[in-house]
Amino acid sequence: MEVKILSAKFDIEDSHKLEIAKQHGAYATIDKLFAMKPEEVIEEVKNSGLRGRGGAGFPAGVKWGFLPKGTGKPVYLAVNSDESEPATFKDRYILVKDPHMMIEGIIICSYAIGSHDTYIYIRGEYTSQVKALQAAIDEAYEAGYLGKTVAGHDFKLEVTVHRGAGAYVCGEETGLLESIEGKKGQPRAKPPFPAVSGLYGCPTIINNVQSIASLPFILEKGAEAYKAYGTEKSSGTHLFGISGHVEKPGMYELPLGLPLLEVVEKVAGGVWKGRKLKGVIPGGSSTPVLTPEEAKTVTLDYESMAEHKTMFGSGGIVVLDETVDMVKLVENLIYFYHHESCGQCTPCREGLGWMLKIIKKVVRGEGEMSDIDLLSELCDNIEMKTVCVLSAACTMPVRSYLTKFRHEFDAYVSEGASTAAANQE
Amino acid sequence: MSDRSQLISTGEPFKFDQERDTEFERLIKRYPERESMILPALWLTQEQEGWISAEAIAYIADRIGTFASKVFECATFYTMYHLHPMGKYHICVCRTLSCWLRDKQAIVDYLKDEIGIEPGQKSEDGKFSLEEVECLGHCGTAPVVQINGEFHEEMDVEKLKALLAELN
Ligand SMILES: Cc1cc2nc3c(=O)[nH]c(=O)nc-3n(C[C@H](O)[C@H](O)[C@H](O)COP(=O)(O)O)c2cc1C
Ligand code: SF4
Ligand code: FES
Repeated sequence: MEVKILSAKFDIEDSHKLEIAKQHGAYATIDKLFAMKPEEVIEEVKNSGLRGRGGAGFPAGVKWGFLPKGTGKPVYLAVNSDESEPATFKDRYILVKDPHMMIEGIIICSYAIGSHDTYIYIRGEYTSQVKALQAAIDEAYEAGYLGKTVAGHDFKLEVTVHRGAGAYVCGEETGLLESIEGKKGQPRAKPPFPAVSGLYGCPTIINNVQSIASLPFILEKGAEAYKAYGTEKSSGTHLFGISGHVEKPGMYELPLGLPLLEVVEKVAGGVWKGRKLKGVIPGGSSTPVLTPEEAKTVTLDYESMAEHKTMFGSGGIVVLDETVDMVKLVENLIYFYHHESCGQCTPCREGLGWMLKIIKKVVRGEGEMSDIDLLSELCDNIEMKTVCVLSAACTMPVRSYLTKFRHEFDAYVSEGASTAAANQE
Repeated sequence: MSDRSQLISTGEPFKFDQERDTEFERLIKRYPERESMILPALWLTQEQEGWISAEAIAYIADRIGTFASKVFECATFYTMYHLHPMGKYHICVCRTLSCWLRDKQAIVDYLKDEIGIEPGQKSEDGKFSLEEVECLGHCGTAPVVQINGEFHEEMDVEKLKALLAELN
C-alpha cells in the first residue's frame, strides 16, 4: 500500500546532503521551472489538485491565485513548519531526511508567486531538526541555489529560518505571522486574508512543509502523474502519521483514498495486544472521532471524511483500543486546547477553561447529569464565535465524544468515578 | 514553567558573547523590521545563559530599539523561554494525547519519585528540573521525553532508569 513519492529519498543514507540528494534528482526541475511562465506553474499546480497539507486542505494553486497584482509591495512566502497539532509528526521527516526537496519546492513556489523572501517557521522544540534544516539551507546557498541568483537564473531568493518557542497557536497562519513580526502569537481577524495583507502588511502565502515539498514531483512529472495517485478529488500522496494503540506506529506515505481500517491492519499492524478497536481519530486531535462502525466505511480522503462528518486534517491517525477511557481522553484534549489558547477571545479563553473545570469535576466523580449537557452547550456557544478556529479545534472533537460515547460520561455521573473508570478496563 | 510572572535580576550587566553577537548581526539583516529579532534574540540569550534575566530583557530591547515591555511580552507568552535558571538537566515529558495513550504517566510518576519533584519544580541540588509539555511532534514513537532539547523516544521506566544513571 505504501508509495514513495515524497519519501523517495528517506531511506537513502545521507539523503539530507546536497551532493547525495542531487544524485537522486534534487534540483532537477530548476531549468524547466525558469523556462515556464509563473502563471503556467500556478496552472500546473492547480491541475494537480494538490491541497494544503497543513490541515485545512485548501487547494494550493487556488490560494496562490488570490495574490493581488501590482501592489508594488514585496510578496512573502511563509513555510509552516510548526507541526504542533497533537498526533501530527510528518513534516519533520522532510526537514531532516530530504530538506532539499523542500528548498526546491520553495524555489518553485517563490517563482510562481513572485516572491524573493521566504521565512520558514519551525517550532522551537525541533532542536536537532532546525540544525539539519539550517545546514541544508547553508549548502543550498553555497551551491548557488539560493541568494542573488537561483542556479544562475536571474531570480533573487533569500530563505530565513525563524524559530518558534512553544505555542501551538503559532501554527495558525496569522498567529505565525505575528510571531515572525516579533509579537505574541495572537491570530488576526480575517479578512483581510494574508494573501492580501500578511507579513509586514504585504501579500503573503502561507503553506505547509509537505505542500511545498510536493511541488518538485508535480513540476518534474506533471499534474497528471500526480493525479495518478489518490482519488479524483483528493489527488496525490500524503505522509500519514499513525500513533496510539497499534502494533507498528509510525509515518507512512500512502496515496489518498485507501480504506482506513485496511491501513490500520495492513500498514500499522492492527490494534495492539490483540485488543478490540474502540475508535479512530482520523487526522489530528482536532478532528471528530470515528466509531469502529464508521471506521469500516471511511477512506483516507477529504470527501469521505466529510461524508463521515469528520475531517481529513493533518493525516495524524490515532487508534484507540477498547481500554481507552473516553472521559479522561476528553479531559486530556480540553487541557491541551485551553493551555494553548492565546487568550484574546473570551469564549475561547474562559469557555475552554470552564469546560476543563467541568470535565475535571466529572472525572473526580462529582459531576451531575446537567454538567454533561452543559459541556455540549458550551461547545455550541464557543464555536465560530472567536477570531481563529483553535476553539473549534477543541469543541468539534469534544462534541463527537459526547455524542458517540455519551454513555461513558453518564456512567461517571451515575456510578461514580471509580466504578466508571474500572468498567473501562 | 509554572511561575512565569517574575523577572529575576542578576545584578550583573548582560551582553551577547562574540558568537551570539555575530549571529545577531547576521540575522537582523534578514528582516525588514527590527522587532522581528525579539524571538531570535531571546533564543540567543537562552542559549548563552540558559535563562532570561531582567538585564537580558533590557539589553535585547536596547539592542533592537524597542520597548522592554514588548520583549517581556514574548518572553512570557512563549512557554519555552525560561525566566529563571532550570536544572542542569531540564526534563520535558510530553503529556498530550498519543503519549498519554502510551502511558506517559508512568514516566512522570517515576521521575517524581526518583527526583522528588513535581512538574514545574527544580531539585534542591539544581541538577534536575521537570516539566510536562504539550505534543512534541514525535507521537509515533510515544511516549516521548526531551532532556536539554534532545529527544528520547519510545520511553519506558527501564530506559529512563538507564538514562538517569548516565546523567548521574
Ligand atoms: C490552531 C491551529 C494550528 C495550526 N497548526 C498548524 C501547523 O502546525 N502546521 C501547519 O502546516 N498548519 C497548521 N495550521 C493550519 C494553518 O493555519 C494553515 O492553514 C496552513 O499552514 C496553510 O498551509 P497549507 O494550505 O499548505 O495547508 C493550524 C491551524 C490552526 C487553526
Ligand atoms: S480562538 Fe482562542 S486561540 Fe484563537 S484567537 Fe481567539 S483566544 Fe486566541
Ligand atoms: S503526543 Fe506526545 S509527541 Fe505528540
